[in-house]
Amino acid sequence: MLKQIEGSRAVAEAVALCRPEVICAYPISPQTHIVEALGELVKAGDLQPCEFINVESEFAAMSVAIGASAAGARSYTATASQGLLFMAEALFNASGLGLPIVMTVANRAIGAPINIWNDHTDSMSQRDCGWIQLFAETNQEALDLHIQAFRLAESLSLPVMVCMDGFILTHAVERVDMPTQEQVDAFLPSFEPRQVLDPREPVSIGAMVGPEAFMEVRYLAHVKQMQALELIPAWADEFRRAFGRDAGGLVRGYRLEDAGTVVVALGSVLGTLKDTVDELRERGMKVGVLGISCFRPWPHGAVSAALAHAKRVIVLEKSLAVGIGGIVSMNVRNALGGRPAPVMTVIAGLGGRPITKASLARVIGEAESGLLGGTTFLDLDHGAVDRVLARERDVRRSGPIAENVLRMIGR
Amino acid sequence: MFQVRIHGRGGQGVVTAAEMLSIAAFREGRHAQAFPSFGSERTGAPVVAFCRIDTREIRLREPVMQPDALIIQDATLLHQIDVFAGLVPSGYILINTTRTFEALGVGEVTNGLAQERIATVNASGIALEAVGRPLPNAALLGGFAALTGRISLESVAAAIRETFAGRIAEANVTAAERAYACVQTEIRERLHAQAD
Repeated sequence: MLKQIEGSRAVAEAVALCRPEVICAYPISPQTHIVEALGELVKAGDLQPCEFINVESEFAAMSVAIGASAAGARSYTATASQGLLFMAEALFNASGLGLPIVMTVANRAIGAPINIWNDHTDSMSQRDCGWIQLFAETNQEALDLHIQAFRLAESLSLPVMVCMDGFILTHAVERVDMPTQEQVDAFLPSFEPRQVLDPREPVSIGAMVGPEAFMEVRYLAHVKQMQALELIPAWADEFRRAFGRDAGGLVRGYRLEDAGTVVVALGSVLGTLKDTVDELRERGMKVGVLGISCFRPWPHGAVSAALAHAKRVIVLEKSLAVGIGGIVSMNVRNALGGRPAPVMTVIAGLGGRPITKASLARVIGEAESGLLGGTTFLDLDHGAVDRVLARERDVRRSGPIAENVLRMIGR
Repeated sequence: MFQVRIHGRGGQGVVTAAEMLSIAAFREGRHAQAFPSFGSERTGAPVVAFCRIDTREIRLREPVMQPDALIIQDATLLHQIDVFAGLVPSGYILINTTRTFEALGVGEVTNGLAQERIATVNASGIALEAVGRPLPNAALLGGFAALTGRISLESVAAAIRETFAGRIAEANVTAAERAYACVQTEIRERLHAQAD
């Protein structure tokens, strides 16, 4: 059924169609509308049986999800930004224990300085915590990915993060096609846990493991995550057959045929990129886009194949690994192996700075002319940065950096 | 693609206006995308919301920088921020005010635009009378329908009823209808005056 609704509401309704039995929630922007909507559905009796548990922190949210999942309940939570960081220890436990929790991350910057707006620093900081990470391009894909995520998580007995851009998607009202309960029930079988805490058949979960077996347990975590590289495309195909539209998969190319320059990106910026590429192609530039739908496990083979004919690759990143630059770029370079195509990093949209078609067209043009450096910060105010650095050279007690930048931006 | 930018202040229903506009366009079978400017929301602070309308899927996620239409919910913003930034030469302007463009000090901008594409409407006054609170958003959408013809008054009314319930919805529909009539009259009179 076609609906014109907020992204958060669309995700909440899709999660409800997946029949979660435990939802634990702690509010943090820009995720809050999702769990609010789910709370209303539970309270109204539209989603049952389901226990909605208000917890006292994100650490508690993930801990409750771990307990509920270990007891055999389909479990869901959502978070963002510092909330994801506050869960960090429990995230490793959820994946290490092999518990198929599904969580929405409404991507948001990490402080300091405090900032509520969108970038990918939060989920990128947890890329190696053992969770599968899927990135949504649109609200339609965000809701579709949740349906796929429960199936993926439960098949592999691994937790899945569905990442959607905070505000840009969560707070956008746009058209979505909401599936029926029957469609979702047909796609998503009931949860058959591999392990369950059951008083009738007591087991312990979470054994202490010494040097004799720890490597083997960790190796199996890696093997299991790599199995997702087979399952994700298979289910994207099955999803297309059942629901009549594309969602998920490992990577998605756009106008890659004959593209000398390929821009790689994740999430909602892919839409703006596609519009930019259409305009550049009208001017005769051979440009394409590669969207990464699955970031963990890293789809090495799919990225390598999609970029096989690229002469140059631009990786557009909404996060910054301080001290080295781009995170996605490192993975892309790895997938390209020893091939000579240069991989250029463009850091963009940090803390919610708009990424515009005009700026994208400019950097793509610079890349084609050989003018783009290894790492570029899109639309950075170099003047303000230089003034802050100059002040730091001149004044020992130069004061707090964020406040200095705010002062210099105005000049 | 038709792009609308709505300026107002926190508490005036700016974001809701963009959302209702998108619902109205959706009901007419078009694609629409409404989103706020994601500022820290505080009562009284300047707020911007956007709505894109198209016959095909909207992929663009940048803020609306070259609007085809501007809705100004609070005229005190006119000299505080550059609300007219990027307005296309064939653009529409609708301002919630009891004053004329000249009295507002924006004649320089509006004189350069087609006279059937600019209007003022006392949306706060209409809302105060119809709804009991000076929340101008629904009334302005009625005025927008009259000014641009991009959506029908019926679709605006349906969007209002989808967003609000019961008496509040009906009162806002009444406000939208009155603003629609006011804007229609204003434009007709201005064009007649020009013809004379």
